[in-house]
Amino acid sequence: MTARAHPIGGVILAVEGVSLAFGGVQALREVSFDVREHEVRAIIGPNGAGKSSMLNVINGVYHPQQGTIRYLGREYHDMDSHEVAASGISRTFQNLALFKGMTVLDNIMAGRNLKMRTNLLLQALRIGPALREELEHREAVERIIDFLEIQAYRKIPVGRLPYGLQKRVDLARALAMEPRLLLLDEPMAGMNVEEKQDMCRFILDVNDQFGTTIVLIEHDMGVVMDISDRVVVLDYGRKIGDGTPDDVRANQAVIDAYLGVSH
Amino acid sequence: MLYRENGQFKSTYASDQQMLPIAQDRVFMVLLLAFAFIGVPLVTSDYVFLSLLIPFLILTLAAIGLNLLVGYCGQISIGHAAFMAVGAYAAYNLVLRVPQLNFLVVLLLAGLIAAVIGVLFGIPSLRIKGLYLAVATLAAQFFSDWMFARVKWFTNYAHSGSVQTAPIELFGWTVETPVEKYLFLLAVLVVFTLVAKNLVRGHIGREWMAMRDMDVAAEVIGIRPVYAKLTAFAVSAFYCGVAGALWGFVYLGSWEPLAFNLNLSLNLLFMIIIGGMGSLLGSYFGAAFIVALPILLDQVPIWLGVPISTATSAHLALMIFGALIVFFLIVEPHGLARLWAIGKEKLRLWPFPH
Amino acid sequence: MRKNWPVLALGAALLVGLALPLATGASSLGFYIEVLLGGLMTGVLYSLVALGFALIFKASGVFNFAQGAMVLFAALAVARLAEAVPLWLAIVLATAIMVALAWVIERVVLRPLVNQEGVTLLMATLGVTYFLDGFGQTVWGSDIYKIDLGIAKEPVMILEKLFEGGILVNKEDFLVAMVAAGLVAGLTLFFQKTATGRALRAVADDHQAAQSVGIPLNHIWVIIWSVAGFVALVAGVIWGSQLGVQFSLAQVALKALPVVILGGFTSIAGAIVGGLIIGVGEKMAEVFLGPVLVKAFDLAGGGIENWFAYVLALLFLLVRPEGLFGEKHIDRV
Repeated sequence: MTARAHPIGGVILAVEGVSLAFGGVQALREVSFDVREHEVRAIIGPNGAGKSSMLNVINGVYHPQQGTIRYLGREYHDMDSHEVAASGISRTFQNLALFKGMTVLDNIMAGRNLKMRTNLLLQALRIGPALREELEHREAVERIIDFLEIQAYRKIPVGRLPYGLQKRVDLARALAMEPRLLLLDEPMAGMNVEEKQDMCRFILDVNDQFGTTIVLIEHDMGVVMDISDRVVVLDYGRKIGDGTPDDVRANQAVIDAYLGVSH
Repeated sequence: MLYRENGQFKSTYASDQQMLPIAQDRVFMVLLLAFAFIGVPLVTSDYVFLSLLIPFLILTLAAIGLNLLVGYCGQISIGHAAFMAVGAYAAYNLVLRVPQLNFLVVLLLAGLIAAVIGVLFGIPSLRIKGLYLAVATLAAQFFSDWMFARVKWFTNYAHSGSVQTAPIELFGWTVETPVEKYLFLLAVLVVFTLVAKNLVRGHIGREWMAMRDMDVAAEVIGIRPVYAKLTAFAVSAFYCGVAGALWGFVYLGSWEPLAFNLNLSLNLLFMIIIGGMGSLLGSYFGAAFIVALPILLDQVPIWLGVPISTATSAHLALMIFGALIVFFLIVEPHGLARLWAIGKEKLRLWPFPH
Repeated sequence: MRKNWPVLALGAALLVGLALPLATGASSLGFYIEVLLGGLMTGVLYSLVALGFALIFKASGVFNFAQGAMVLFAALAVARLAEAVPLWLAIVLATAIMVALAWVIERVVLRPLVNQEGVTLLMATLGVTYFLDGFGQTVWGSDIYKIDLGIAKEPVMILEKLFEGGILVNKEDFLVAMVAAGLVAGLTLFFQKTATGRALRAVADDHQAAQSVGIPLNHIWVIIWSVAGFVALVAGVIWGSQLGVQFSLAQVALKALPVVILGGFTSIAGAIVGGLIIGVGEKMAEVFLGPVLVKAFDLAGGGIENWFAYVLALLFLLVRPEGLFGEKHIDRV
């Protein structure tokens, strides 16, 4: 890789000994790993390995029974997801979780909600600060729309868009939060080759231009090996590998659990 | 003049975010308002004002209130007449006990009191979803029915439990004749519609709709469910509180206990289902429908020369309402407002649909 | 266990409330038991209607707001038919009508709306409510009608030796409560032990899985709605014989909603226990708490029983949303 605008820094997120169970099903067992500032960190593993659960724990959708998350030096284990969002973590979803009834523009504008502060009364009258705020954030959102090349779809209800574009809107909504840490849950699932290439480019651009730290789950090994700096491997809720793509590729446990079953 | 938007380019975000971005729509709106404020009073009879237009305007206001909660925020309520009752009785007591207050202030206070009660009954929505909430709102309904019938203070110890009001006065203007009532209500409704439109197209509206469409994702992007849901309950109850006060003071004049019963709540729901959930325009359509249909059912058989009894036509109206709810849920869940939008879209492209 | 304290507190408050009339000497033991029995009898009817409600919710995911309207409709049918034919025949005919109604609802409402969200289905039953109210009154009339079960209504004094003054029980009340209890037991057995019952439960657990092993979904729905219709009929006849068949019946029957909230939406046992708790609770509140409130706040009469069930359900929703016997629901993302 060429020299990057934002060199990899210290640890900003540390997952320590996290265990999560749903009733009798153990989704995660004492998983620990860390994420460094500005890096692209991948989580891989076979189906049911606990990857999505891991993201859900990091951003507060699930609360682990054991273990802690340390983010920017602050420790938490049962923070609600809106508080996690306020601390600068955003994410996309594996099975699109867009706001179906809203337009593309409104979906992305909703991603700015944390930054919009005028009170209800001003909004009701839509005067002064409320109107100014709407326009300011519209500009910010338009920059993201340009960045992800979805200008043509602004006013279309998001439910009417094809799948690949919906994935892009999902990313746009997450980016609208201007996150410091971005979690991507299978951003390329169900895409064709061109769409995947576009998405890879967007992810790398986000990392490069904004310096956003990225944690992503992905099934396409080629993509993972190409774009990530370090990789965590989960299997049956346990961490079985951690390191650079090359390390992981050479790890026997990983090969047995995952790569050994060639696709 | 054709309905075209060719050549209307938006060069600023402000102009793109206008309420009515298409020039023809703006012209139409101005003409419509002019007609409503000037034309209608010139040509309409007192009967039409009293039995059609006045209830229509107030019910529209209440339906907008319910729509903000159900249609925009996705929280069901089967008890919104309770908040109308709170508004009506709050206004009654304010006028009675603090007679020097301007009626506009009374209206706002009545709305605020209803909003507080709305938040109270909205609290369960933080722990429960959808269907369960229906029962919580029914609790509001039955509790308010009971409270206003039994606690004598609210009705100022009136013997029968019914209350009387005097015509309202505004800055020396007594709103007494049907035309005056109509103009007053129309002005109130226009202002409240504008406010509702501002809310739903702004920041808070997006939060509500996000909660409605995908609550987990909404929280993940930082929307606080407590704030989003409770503001929706508050604003919704505020609207219904104001509508209730108007229903009591302007439409009914005097009312019995149970004037704001479960039936009224169900009718409000009916209006937004038929009119269109998540559409302000739909609230107008729904209210118009529920006011006009019974009158039509009374009149049409007479015109046709086969008069039916009022009881029969009332039952017939219920059956039609019921059938329409099911019909719209199956065929067009977004109600009359969606049909209107489709029509407009067709008109925009006409005569070259491809 | 730490998280259970609000539930325990609520339960304890209810128990204390139950004990207070006796403890303070406000009521004699005999009268107290009379009230308790009265509450249980109403409670059995609530259980019955709630059972129909819970069955429908389990099998088709429909929050059936029309339950009350069905009770009224069935009662009207029996009352009017009984004017022309013997009561037993009227009940048979009315049952047939309720089955036909179930079939129509399945065809016209449920089938086109299959796989829709719960709130949409709830609103559809709102439409059914409107329709039944209008249709019932058009066909059967809108006056107050009587149903005479032909059982002597004079009160009987029992247990005179045990308590001073004995306990007054209405023979008819007692009999119909027995019938209702028998029906509740029968339905529970039907649901747990028979092949149809198993199929019903399979549908309740997972529509698609049940369909894929060859259980005819639409068929099951018709059965379920017929059972709910029949249950509504029994409740309607019993209430109708006591209160007269009139519009307010629909509202009484709506109390099945707080009952299922209390018991847990999908639980048969919950519907039964919830019905009894609410029946007893509201009767006790009306008789013992009512006068206290009237005096304290100078109310124009009691009538607490109109809202007691709902407010209790509301409190329950706050402390234990899944109800007494319901399953906790985990949202997967």
